[in-house]
Amino acid sequence: MDEMIEVRHLSKRFGPVTAVDDVSFSVKRGEVLGFLGPNGAGKSTTMKMITGFLAPSGGTAVICGHDIVDDAIAAKRRIGYLPEGAPAYPDMTAAGFLDFIAKIRGFAGAEAKRRIDLAIDRTELARVLDQPIETLSKGFKRRVGLAQALLHDPEVLILDEPTDGLDPNQKHEVRRLIAALAPEKAIIISTHILEEVDAVCTRAIIISAGRVLADGTPGALAARSRHHNAVRLALAIEGIDAAAALRRLPGVETVEEMEDGEGRALMIFPRDGHPIITEIGDLVRTAGWSVAALRVERGRLDDVFRDITLPPA
Amino acid sequence: MHSTLVIFRRELVSYFATPLAYVFIVIFLVMAGAFAFFLGNFFERGQADLQPFFTFHPWLYLVLIPALAMRLWAEERKSGTIELFLTLPISMGAAVLGKFLAAWAFAGIALILTFPFWITVNFLGHPDNGVILASYIGSFLMAGAFLAIGAALSALTKNQVIAFVVTAAVCFLFTVSGSPIVLGALKGWAPEAALRRVASFSFLTHFNAIVRGVIDLRDAVFFASVIGIFLFANAILVELKKAD
Repeated sequence: MDEMIEVRHLSKRFGPVTAVDDVSFSVKRGEVLGFLGPNGAGKSTTMKMITGFLAPSGGTAVICGHDIVDDAIAAKRRIGYLPEGAPAYPDMTAAGFLDFIAKIRGFAGAEAKRRIDLAIDRTELARVLDQPIETLSKGFKRRVGLAQALLHDPEVLILDEPTDGLDPNQKHEVRRLIAALAPEKAIIISTHILEEVDAVCTRAIIISAGRVLADGTPGALAARSRHHNAVRLALAIEGIDAAAALRRLPGVETVEEMEDGEGRALMIFPRDGHPIITEIGDLVRTAGWSVAALRVERGRLDDVFRDITLPPA
Repeated sequence: MHSTLVIFRRELVSYFATPLAYVFIVIFLVMAGAFAFFLGNFFERGQADLQPFFTFHPWLYLVLIPALAMRLWAEERKSGTIELFLTLPISMGAAVLGKFLAAWAFAGIALILTFPFWITVNFLGHPDNGVILASYIGSFLMAGAFLAIGAALSALTKNQVIAFVVTAAVCFLFTVSGSPIVLGALKGWAPEAALRRVASFSFLTHFNAIVRGVIDLRDAVFFASVIGIFLFANAILVELKKAD
């Protein structure tokens, strides 16, 4: 059975407010699914239903063949969950907490120790093992949460903002860890950090106002941006009216003058996202322009995100 | 069952990880003693029994047990650890039972630590130790009943103060349900049978019978039933809040 997580028509209503509206998707082994969406879109609520913390108003989730509503305990055994905010018992030490989780998950003695040591190793908690969790920094608290989610080597990992509050080095380490774990597991991470989606996810879902608005690989999603395959051209010499010539090219939709961190340049937008660099390269050569910078742009996820999630102006 | 034990151990140990345990125990012992010796005229009575000691237990529990119970679920919901707790592979029954048993065991520890009274009264005279033992058991059961009520109410709110106050109020009603305070509100419009039913819920009635040496199984069953019913309510309330 390859579909390790199946979400079927999940809905959640809080009184008159519909937080999650008929969300369906599935995740296979080896996939890392990124949940993207504005705040309040329903990402965490969806995760809380998948992990069995909230009862759905409609629909269900099936984890490795176990229904989270009807067969909750079996499903929960397969899941490693890092909740939003990485809660943990504040008066326990990191070591004591992991020991508790190991015991609850059914491990004892040498096996428990082996797994705890492995989790500590992977999340680099060795330094803070004997400190009460409430005294730890935000980053370490999150790593404790991650360690507890990994302890039982679950087939399914559901991580709510796993790198929130971590410094860039720690973010990098956590992403490497997720990538290393990915082949054997099905992982869902929710994040606001779009570069994380590129770095770690094999697929991304954009949720807004409780509905799934887009579902595809990060590359496919980025390709929906008008910047996809656009060309940024900066000429070395001012004054040449390159724009007019460029507009005449068949593959060019429009040309805009723009200024960014690297200076002034022309942004040449393609028709239908098809590559235009060859035509532009030919034109530059035949016209004999001196080029200061020439670059093919990749579609920007944040443009796509904004286009999809904001109501049309 | 295994999960219940793991949860029980964690909860009980966590009581002692903070000053909570020590403060509670000291205050309980001091107040129990103060009530027995001053309010209960322990010495003046000249009788070798522990009635003046046990008589005040309902009132002692009324004030102190809600403090134990209020944090059972309200604190978890406030700190967010409930999300971790309820996504672990444990049944709701194991979760509710584990927490309750840990709180009950802690109350039991506080109760056991009053043993110096028992030794004292044996030193001073020849009390009926059977009655004293039964009284301890009855007090322990009553503490359990107060705790079960408190645990269920603690599941209703994130705010520990609300949990405390409401628990104290409900426990008070149960304690004095045989007295004019409660019956007075019902007299005049409720049928005689209903009045008797409500009066039979009184913790005081059942407990005082035990303390006076009348060991009736029905009183033990009464407290055990209260515990059972409120633990069941506790489980339902936590489930319901999940849907919220």
